[in-house]
Parts: sequence; structure tokens; C-alpha cells
Amino acid sequence: MRDRLIFSAQLLFTMLVAAFLIVPAALSMLAGITLNYFRGIQSGLTLQWVVQVWELYSDTIFRSLVIALATLGVTLVVGIPAAYGLHLRSDRFSRAIEEIITLPLAIPGLALALALLLTYGGFSDFRRSWLFILAGHAVYTLPFMVRSVLAVFGAIDVKTLDEGAASLGASPWRRFRDVIVPNAAPGILAGSLMVVTLSLGEFNLTWMLHTPLTKTLPVGLADSYASMRLEVASAYTLVFFVMIIPLLVAMQIFAGYRRGPTVLPR
Amino acid sequence: MSKRAFVRFCFVPLAVLVTAFFVLPMARLVLVGASGDQGLRAYAAILLDPRYRATLFNTVSLAAATTIASLVVATISGLFLQRHRFLGHSLLVAMLTFPLAFPGVVVGFMIILLAGRQGLLGDVTLHLFGTKEVFAYSLQGLFLGYLYFSIPRVILTIMAAVEKLDPSLEEAARTLGASPWRVVRDVILPALAPALIASGAIAFATAMGAFGTAFTLATDVAVLPMLIYTEFTLSANIALAAALSVGLGLVTWAILALARSYGGTSIAAAG
Amino acid sequence: MSPESSSNSNAHGVAVHVENCAKTFADGTHGLGPVTLDVARGETVVLLGPSGCGKTTLLRIIAGLEIPDAGGRVLFNKIDVTRVPIERRNVGMVFQSYALFPNMNVAENIGYGLKIRGVNGAERSRRVAELVALTGIEGLEHRRVDQLSGGQRQRVALARAVAVRPSVLLLDEPLTALDAALRERLRGELDRLLRTLGITTVYVTHDQSEAMALGDRIVVMRKGAIAQIGTPREIYFAPASRFVAEFVGAANIVEATYTGESLLLPGGKLTAADAPNAIPNGPVLVMIRPESIRVVRPEGAGLCGQVETVSFVGDRQRAAIGGIVAKSIMVDVPNSVALKPGDWVGLTVEPSAVRLLPSDRV
Repeated sequence: MRDRLIFSAQLLFTMLVAAFLIVPAALSMLAGITLNYFRGIQSGLTLQWVVQVWELYSDTIFRSLVIALATLGVTLVVGIPAAYGLHLRSDRFSRAIEEIITLPLAIPGLALALALLLTYGGFSDFRRSWLFILAGHAVYTLPFMVRSVLAVFGAIDVKTLDEGAASLGASPWRRFRDVIVPNAAPGILAGSLMVVTLSLGEFNLTWMLHTPLTKTLPVGLADSYASMRLEVASAYTLVFFVMIIPLLVAMQIFAGYRRGPTVLPR
Repeated sequence: MSKRAFVRFCFVPLAVLVTAFFVLPMARLVLVGASGDQGLRAYAAILLDPRYRATLFNTVSLAAATTIASLVVATISGLFLQRHRFLGHSLLVAMLTFPLAFPGVVVGFMIILLAGRQGLLGDVTLHLFGTKEVFAYSLQGLFLGYLYFSIPRVILTIMAAVEKLDPSLEEAARTLGASPWRVVRDVILPALAPALIASGAIAFATAMGAFGTAFTLATDVAVLPMLIYTEFTLSANIALAAALSVGLGLVTWAILALARSYGGTSIAAAG
Repeated sequence: MSPESSSNSNAHGVAVHVENCAKTFADGTHGLGPVTLDVARGETVVLLGPSGCGKTTLLRIIAGLEIPDAGGRVLFNKIDVTRVPIERRNVGMVFQSYALFPNMNVAENIGYGLKIRGVNGAERSRRVAELVALTGIEGLEHRRVDQLSGGQRQRVALARAVAVRPSVLLLDEPLTALDAALRERLRGELDRLLRTLGITTVYVTHDQSEAMALGDRIVVMRKGAIAQIGTPREIYFAPASRFVAEFVGAANIVEATYTGESLLLPGGKLTAADAPNAIPNGPVLVMIRPESIRVVRPEGAGLCGQVETVSFVGDRQRAAIGGIVAKSIMVDVPNSVALKPGDWVGLTVEPSAVRLLPSDRV
């Protein structure tokens, strides 16, 4: 009897916590398609707010997508070879490099943004383009890609595969291309999902680095929360959810499938 | 190309990216922090100047309260979810971890929807008690916001740790006559201690550096990231902002280093 | 059974000469002392020894995966390849874990070395088919690696190594990862295959029956040094040291006193066929294999003792006879002889089966 009581109490508690987290999100999604939030659903469902969001903020949506994909590209080109090098060396040097790569996570985004502004603020062309934001995103998401690829390298005995390919005459580049990278695919995929999700949602860095002409989606969101009516802000948030949820679901499915270590996203 | 040359080549893109966009800027930041009128003393200002000390105190208390609250919530719920399977279990877990991807701004908006001027709680209390409770823009609101992004993070780590617990230890305690509560207190919590410390440290570090939430809620409560922001953008007090940033960065990094020594490879991110 | 000499007309590959090769690792451990070894063209040499003896290190030096310490050289057909990296030595290597590429199917794995060498698709397919037939894995060409059994993987690894017509075939404990019954069966197939191919082969194992079945010559190694080189029969019947005697097969090792014409033991005496370098009235170490001892009636036998235990092993019995020397003497007894603990028996040994070993420990 007491066990049932404890079970019910814990269940209730957990459900309350879940409600705390989900209800506002559900509310916001609903508000985004409701005609009038004050009067609730009775006022009718509409897509007019979503359309308004599109008219006002479609450039931010595109920009966020472009930056996310560009960040992915950069982290792939930088991160995969780096993870390979780190895995092969596995000594104090590589541990130090890993520390340095992970530092951007330990430092508040604000500080990093400030640092970038102080260093590159003078290069006005660069500073005013979306590439400036890309630089910040790349540095910030790189550790996730490197960690993810390193994890899979650890699991598949890369060294012996590399030696096997070498014994057959393949040059280091050929081995990397034909054997190392294809077999690291699960880690690369997990890392990619992470990088894109993080980049799409990044705010702390981006808020400091942006200009009125280089706004991203989260920056736009902040604007709308401050100045737009609730329905528009909610519709905008809804658009963000629609972009993010498939990525999250993919990560969960993928993590479950691989039964590997789940790396926490931001 | 020889193997060694190839491996060295593998590091080149990394070296370029990290040096240009991290190492150099951070070095610049540290130097600028010491370049104001007060020079190096700016770094100590965070502790000496009463204004900044108050901000520091606010930030640390808020982060500490958030950490403790989310650890308690996560332990209760995490233990419960990992130990019981029932209809709707996966749904519950998904609901609890879904907010992981929300940026701080969105979290702020969530709190506004819950407890803002047009918030849900306000309507409920108006209905029940006649007065509309609005606390999104106060310390309580900020606390709720911080809780909102901390709980999912901590729950995931705790659940992973609970999965690794050795059930035979609890069974041994029960054969020796321990009540369920004693089993929790004497066996489970000590076994979870490393995970609790690690995820607690991460939650603390994240809360210390959180910016988006405070920004959206635009409270009067001063937290360190907001102070840095206003010093930089409104007061153009660049050196001070830089010094404060470096200080904050050092504190967060130190706490995370502690977390790593206890917990392994979980990662934090500034909220 | 392996032929006694390797001078068959089917010899392929290069002659390998390893000169003064030693290896000290980065953390200071000494993996291999300076060793010198010659492998004739077409010969199969087995490196045999317990784990940690340096056999794999030596194999990897020949392969080009490790560089020997200063002063060491590796020559293929008298050409110095010490500084040549593995991808240019044209060796074929079978790894202990097989190292099959999970992202390619069986046919692609086997053809990879040919692809690297620029062999065109049609020619590659032809050669792959040839090897598939040779190793007996028809029908598996399109399977992925994780769908193969241990024995199948081993054959794919072999086919892949051989596809490029290597100068030297190097095998690192290829059968160790398999269970006993499979190992026995594959050993026979491996032997047949190596004879057919006739390539210079260096084979590493810790299993002495494998070594004796497959090797033209065996190199017994211990603690980074070569303990003995010889044909399987030489190693077995004329071990150079106690270590080799005990590592390759069961051995009774007893201390005796040499009187000039016979060997005196506490429980009797033995005649030796010859006793080179033995000091009259001096101590010697004597090795006798259990199968060389015959159980006879105790009356008049050179050695007498009492049966302590008898174990039935299947094709024979193994008896422990005490009372002759401090440690029991192990004797292989045919099943036809009825024996039980407590019986008094006599033992006789052919003088040629009595082997004297150097008394220092090696």
C-alpha cells in the first residue's frame, strides 16, 4: 500500500514538472495559430500570424539556415581530420588540444563575443557580414563534432583498420578517404545533428555579433518578444520549434539506435 | 606524403580556426581587461566594488538556488523514471528533455507565457483568488526561467547515472532490514554522489553564464552577464566589461574542470 | 605434414633478411633484443613463443609498421627496405583481428589492394573470383563483414592479403580468435593454401601444434630473443634449452649425474646415446618426452617407480610415476596396458630419446 502511495506521489510530481516544462511550449504553439490569444481558441484558428512572421522575418530564417549549414561545413572540414589526428596521437599534446577546443564551452558566449568584437571590430567588412557570426558559431560548435567523431574512433579500432589498409598499399590520404571516414559515419552524423541544432538556436554569441542586417532567427525572436504582439511572437516561436523538433527527434532515434554516449546539446 | 606529415596536416585547419577566432581574441580580451583606468585592479573590482559585489552575489545565489532545486527535482524524477516503466513513460521522458534545445530567449518567453502579464498563472489566480499574480519579471520569474533550462540537463545525466547503479547493493541493504527511505539515503544517494556533483557543477556554470533568459525577462535583478552587456553596449566601458567577462569565464571554467574530474564527458553550454 | 626442406619449385616472393633488429618502445619497455634472422624465398617460418616474447614486434618490423632501433636493417632480396613504409613494401598482412573494412563488402575488401594499384574493374573482378575460389568462400562476395562468421572472416582476410601477389605474407596469430574445433580445421586448410601459394611466409603464433604443422622452420622466441631456430623435428626432438623443451610439447626434465657411461638418477639409471660436453661425475639436465618412455615389468628395468595417478586422455593414458626423482615422471601409456595407482612399474627409454640440455636456464 505504501509502495503504491510513493509511486503515485512520484508520478504526480514528475508529471507536474513535465507540465511546467511543456505547457508554456504548447501554449506558445497554440497562440501562434490562434486568432486572438485573450479570447482563446474560441476566437478561431488562423495562419495569419505565421504569414506575418514570414513577411517580417523570413530573412532571419534563411540566414539561420545558411549559417547553420555553413557552420556544419566548417566543423566537418576542421573537426574530422582534427579528431583523427588527436586519436592517433593520444598523448599529452592531444589532451591539451582537446582542452583548448573545449574552452569555448566553458566561457560564457558573451565573453567570447566580446573577444571577437575587440579583435575584429576594426575589419568592418568582415564584422558586418554573416561570416563574422559564422566564425563564432564554428568555434562554439566544434567541440561537439570533435567529441562525437573521437567517440566513434574509440569504438571501431581505427588503428588496426588503418594498418590493414596501409598493408594493402594505400597512402595516408587514401586510407583516410576510403576507410577512416566511412567507418566514422555514425559519429559524424551525430555530431552534424548536434552542430546544426546548436547553431540554429545560438543566441548569446549571436546577439552581440549581429548587425541589423545580419539577424538570425533567435535574434529575431528576441526582437519580437520585446516589440510584437503575443500572437506574432508565438507564431515565430512556432516556426523555430518546427525547425528544431525534427532535429531533436532524429538525435533521439539515432542515439537510441547507436546506444552510444548521449552528448548533451546546449 | 608520409604518415607523420599527413597527421600534422590534419591539424592545420584546426590551428587556423582556433587561433584566429579563439586564442587571439581571448588574449586580446584579457589584455583589454587590464587596459582601463584601473588597470589590473579592474580584475579585482568584481569583489571590491559594492555595486559589482551585489551583482556577483545575486548571480551566485541564483545559480546556487537553481542548482539545488534542479538536483532535487531531477533526483526524484530521474530515479522514478529510470526505475519504473509504464504506459506513457517515453512520452514523459521526451517532454522532460525536449527543452534542452531552447535558447535562453525562448525560455524567457516560456516564463512570460506562464507568469507574465497575460500569463496562464495570472489567469488562474485571477479566477481563484481575484488577484492576478504576475511574477515573470521579478526574481522569482528569473529563478523559474533558470530552473526551466537546468532541469532537462540535470535529469538526463541523473537518469544515465541511475541506469549504471548496481541493484545488488540495494538488495543487500534490504536484506539487512533497511526501509526504502534508508536505502535511498544510505545506498543510492552516495552512489549517485559523483553524478550529482558533476551535473550540479554544470548546472551552476550554465546558470552563472546565462544571458538570453535574463535579457528577455528584462528584470531589474542584476546578474553578471547582464551587467557585462550593459557596461559594454550602453556605458561603453569596454575595459571593465572585458575584465568582468574574463573573471566570469575563469570561474565557470574552474567549476567545469571540477565537474569533469568527477563526472567524465558531459558538456555544458552557456545558457 | 610439412616437407623437410623449402627448396620446392613453387617458391615465390622474396628472401627476407633481418639483421640486428631491436625495438625499444616510447615508454622505455624493451620489446625486442637485437635479432638476426633469414627467411628463404618460398619458405614458411613460424615465430613461436609466449605472449610478450617479441614475436609480434618482429613481424611488424618486417612488415614496416615499426622501425627497428638504430643499427637494425631489414632486407628484401638484398635490398634495404628498413626505411620503406609498409604501403610501399608490397607485403600481405593478416591481422589477429582481421581488420576487415566494415564499410565494404567481401568482394570490395578483397579487391581493395588491387584498386589502390590501379587495376581496372574487370581484371579486379576476375582476380577476386580466383581468390574466392581458392579460399572457399563462394557465395559470400556481396555479404557485409558483420554478417560473416569467424572462420569466414579469416578466409576473407587471407584472400585480401594474397590478392596483390605480395612479396612476403605475414600472419599475426590468424587462428587465435577462433574456437578450438574451427582452429583445427582451418589449420589444415591454411597449410594446404600456403603450400599452394608458395610465397615467403612469416607466421606468428603461441600455439606449438600450429607451429609444427605449418612451419618449414620454427623460431622459438623468449623475452625478446631467439631461443632456437630449427625444423619442427629438430625443435621437438633436440631442444636447445629447458625453455624450448617445455614450451614445445610435454617434457620430463630431471637432474642426473653423468658417470661417463650412464646417467644416474635417484631411482635408477639411464643410458644416453651421446653426451656432448658433459663432465664426468658432473650434474646434467635430462629431457625425455612422455611418449618415449615405455612401461615394463619392474624386474630388471633401469628405472623403477610407483604409479601415483593415471588419467585417461582418450587416445592414451597419462600416468605420473613417482619415486624415481623428486617430481613425478609423466609417461604416455597405451590404453591396452592396465595400470592403477599404487602399482610398481619399470620404465625403459631408448637411448636416442634421452636428450641432454644445457644446465643454465635459457
